[in-house]
Amino acid sequence: MINVELSNKIGKYTTFFCAILIITITMAIILVIAYKGLAIFTRDGVSLRNFFLTTKFNPDATPPEMGAATFIAGSVAVSLLALLFSAPFGIGLAIFMAEISRGWERKIMQPVIELFVGIPSVVYGWIGISVLVPFIRNNIGGMGFSLLAGGIVLAIMILPTIASVSTDSLRANPADIREGSLALGVTRWQTILMVMVPAAMPGILTSIVLALARAFGEALAVQMVIGNAIRMPTSLLAPMNTMTSIITMDMSGTVMGAVDNDVLWTLAFILLLISVVFILIIRTINRGRTAMG
Amino acid sequence: MIGSRNSERIATAIFYLIALLVSVLLAALIGYILYQGLPVINWHFLTAAPLPYQAGGGIGPEIFNSLMLLVLTMALTVPLGLGVGIYLSEYAREGRITRAIRICIESLASMPSIVIGIFGLMLFVVIFKWGFSVISGVMALTALNLPVMTRLAEDAIKNVSPDLREASLALGATQWQTITDVVLVAAIPGLVTGIILSAGRVFGEAAALLYTAGTTTSALNFTDLNPLSNNSPFYLLRPAETLAVHIWQVNSEGLNPDATQIANGASAVLVIMVLIFNLVSRWAGNWLFSKKTGQ
Repeated sequence: MINVELSNKIGKYTTFFCAILIITITMAIILVIAYKGLAIFTRDGVSLRNFFLTTKFNPDATPPEMGAATFIAGSVAVSLLALLFSAPFGIGLAIFMAEISRGWERKIMQPVIELFVGIPSVVYGWIGISVLVPFIRNNIGGMGFSLLAGGIVLAIMILPTIASVSTDSLRANPADIREGSLALGVTRWQTILMVMVPAAMPGILTSIVLALARAFGEALAVQMVIGNAIRMPTSLLAPMNTMTSIITMDMSGTVMGAVDNDVLWTLAFILLLISVVFILIIRTINRGRTAMG
Repeated sequence: MIGSRNSERIATAIFYLIALLVSVLLAALIGYILYQGLPVINWHFLTAAPLPYQAGGGIGPEIFNSLMLLVLTMALTVPLGLGVGIYLSEYAREGRITRAIRICIESLASMPSIVIGIFGLMLFVVIFKWGFSVISGVMALTALNLPVMTRLAEDAIKNVSPDLREASLALGATQWQTITDVVLVAAIPGLVTGIILSAGRVFGEAAALLYTAGTTTSALNFTDLNPLSNNSPFYLLRPAETLAVHIWQVNSEGLNPDATQIANGASAVLVIMVLIFNLVSRWAGNWLFSKKTGQ
């Protein structure tokens, strides 16, 4: 019996050790990125004002011009554009899956969503380069590599997030409220719009914030189609840049510790802060609800 | 009433249309990739090493690297993720530590993979001096996959009926015996399904690997199985460009005249792997579930 008791204790402490390890990993990442990310302000003497509010990015100038506003604005623009394209379809798909589909229709949509998630981001980027970019160039205008191309590729990539999280939220609605509404003689469409969707709203908002987080953090697919030109996102058809794409492009061509390398870590730190803010927003949306997994 | 009935029909039609559009889009994406890529795929393409600056190279080492990183990452994240999942579902009480663990898992899960990649560059490649290597890549993928695995383990374990647990404890089993011999066994179908699905995602990951496993691969000598020799496929400190990274690399560096063919072929291989992972997870889940309920 001693062995049984001992293994009971060892088992418990082993799982606790695993849990502590995940805290350690998270803290290590935050600390390393923060330490490297703040160097541009502490060591290189770039002012916060310069970094966030100016658009001139020329690390080779003397003194180096370190305006990162184009990257931040680019990430915001492409993510919001993707959300604009994706949210109506994602929420519509969720309503279809949770409220309308029956039998085989329902059975088909689940794997469809899983496959959308499963297609690797470089494959989305490659399809973007070989189909979407030439299509935009030949039919809409510009070079093809553009804010629009990035927004469309990202919209497809965040669609499954919106659809699956919203579907879960709609399905978590108690059946009583649907039956109550239908019993009052309200049509199905009105029930969905006036009763089911409002009741699932925290989950739907969560899906949108998660999708935005994914859009901000996506690197390669966006970098492949967006054109990587350092300018403000003022036109849908012009090439531009994002925080993730400049990190992807420049991390290998710069020397660790140089000012043009430090700026990339600062952008990574901003990305990290944005993802933490999104998590806090989701926790606030879902406060008092136990539905969030 | 006619008006509301008509609007009912129109609304329903719109939702069907959305579902149809999304399904057609998926079919078109997969169809396009296979249509473009399958003609490129042959035995030579799947096994030969890539040739820089000239056409006719293959993706053999990249496929091997992808599989190797996947296996090693899973070997680390499945036990660790199960550990955290078991701790959270069976032992954790509401409190400050549990809350900290949950916030960490959520934060880690939402971190951009490129950020995890350059963290790996700093810690594993530079500070630990592992260089662009298999092991650096595995560590980055582990950080990326661990929160996914944890959530999956916790969900699968929470879905096990509490009756089973109580019956086992009532028979005098210890909590650990109950977990390993009863709860985990009952959770297997859910676990296997989730693990295979997440394996598909690890297989296609590229951003976290660009600056950890690297964008080159050493010449692999498959007759040299000594894991300490430089050209051995099992040498952990060699650079290990994966299939997904290769697609990005041939596009961005453009040193191959047949970059388009390589990207088409490699994309098709990736998509076929994703389809296989999805089918196998579905099949394995159903099979294990019917086996469990059949007994």
